[in-house]
Amino acid sequence: MSKKKELSFEDSLKRLEEISNLLESEEAGLEKSIELYEEGIKLSKYCYSVLKEAELKVTELKKEIETDFNN
Amino acid sequence: MSEIITVSELTGKIKQTLEESYSEISVIGEISNFKAHVSGHWYFTLKDSGAQISCTMWKGLNSYVFFSPQDGMKIIAGGRLTVYPPRGSYQIEVRSMKPAGVGELQKAFEDLKKRLYEEGLFDQAHKKPIPAFPRKIGIVTAIDGAALQDMINIARRRYPLVELLVVPTKVQGEGSAREIAESIKLLNRRKDVDLIIAGRGGGSLEDLWSFNEEIVARAIYGSEIPVISAVGHEVDFTIADFAADLRAPTPSAAMEIATPEKEELFSFIDDFIISSSQSLKQRKDNYYNKIQNFIKSYGFKIPSGMIKNRIQMLDGLYSKMDVNILNKLHIENNRLALTQKLIESYNVKNVLKRGFTLIKQNEKIIQRSNGINPAQEFDIEFFDNTIKVNKNE
Repeated sequence: MSKKKELSFEDSLKRLEEISNLLESEEAGLEKSIELYEEGIKLSKYCYSVLKEAELKVTELKKEIETDFNN
Repeated sequence: MSEIITVSELTGKIKQTLEESYSEISVIGEISNFKAHVSGHWYFTLKDSGAQISCTMWKGLNSYVFFSPQDGMKIIAGGRLTVYPPRGSYQIEVRSMKPAGVGELQKAFEDLKKRLYEEGLFDQAHKKPIPAFPRKIGIVTAIDGAALQDMINIARRRYPLVELLVVPTKVQGEGSAREIAESIKLLNRRKDVDLIIAGRGGGSLEDLWSFNEEIVARAIYGSEIPVISAVGHEVDFTIADFAADLRAPTPSAAMEIATPEKEELFSFIDDFIISSSQSLKQRKDNYYNKIQNFIKSYGFKIPSGMIKNRIQMLDGLYSKMDVNILNKLHIENNRLALTQKLIESYNVKNVLKRGFTLIKQNEKIIQRSNGINPAQEFDIEFFDNTIKVNKNE
């Protein structure tokens, strides 16, 4: 949770869901809630831009050798 | 008596006769004792209820067979008869092979399915979960196939975050089953692929057959990376489908299963923003209400009541004090005035004015007769003047 910047897209989405649940559960106090909310908004902006700017990458994997035919 | 000839001569004649007469034959029969030798050659027996005959199929030729022959499978073998003189044996040199009917393939399919099922290759417990957000998908299919293009298009539309790693693979005809298996193994040697889609577009039973081969099923089963099979159309079921962690009805469907929808993710994020804002507002409102309730509560009124009481008391005391002080001041003022008058009436000058005198000795007023020292001089103070009385004069 401390290394927010390094979260992958997938982890960011998971964290968003987590935050959403935490905010709804009323477990967190007000200060914590505001903190969570700010984190969530940051993450959602990040996810949004990542997804918007993503370009599909297609690469071709060459088979180096026709490996051991008899095996 | 006929001519005497040697064994070699006879065998030579037999060889010539047989090989000439049966240089182009098609034989139907059931395979038994099938052996694929490490050299790549195949050895088996073709038989029916009344007879059997040995067969060979050389490496270069058997690679064109699209299915794996199995014992019990009824086939039509094309080739020629050859005689091997050192053993005095004859055999069919098989050049081509096909199943005696679709039923044969079906049977081979069912047999293999049963065998692999019993072996546990299709166990649900072994199936790996498909990642919800794959980073890199390995695709095992033909590089020039429509299936690949479909998959790329779908990935681009739904989830361009993913990377596709295509392993160009022959998916039909000779050697395709082995190639498919190798491609799956190749992807498994990499550590960056988190999902494999193996498949191809629609085609005939023969076209799809490589996905019914044991070697493919084993490669899928052995894959550490989850595999989605995506072969042909919805109606086509292959052995690969049973061995795969998930079966997709078509390659396009496989990519749709494999990737989350971008628009859904956007709305997930939007939902988050809306719902979390609401949650937070709700939270704030709740606290606000709580505070309001506290303030309105009886408990909170007690201190303010106490304060009011004290103020009242203070006010009372103050005004009381005020009155007292004024009274006192008044009294003192009166007393002062009286005293002043008194003092004035006592004023010595007034008395002297009326004719009285004062006797002072050493600057002290002599009030009684025994207060005077007759031996010393003294002053007599009149209203208008003071005279010294000197005894010595």
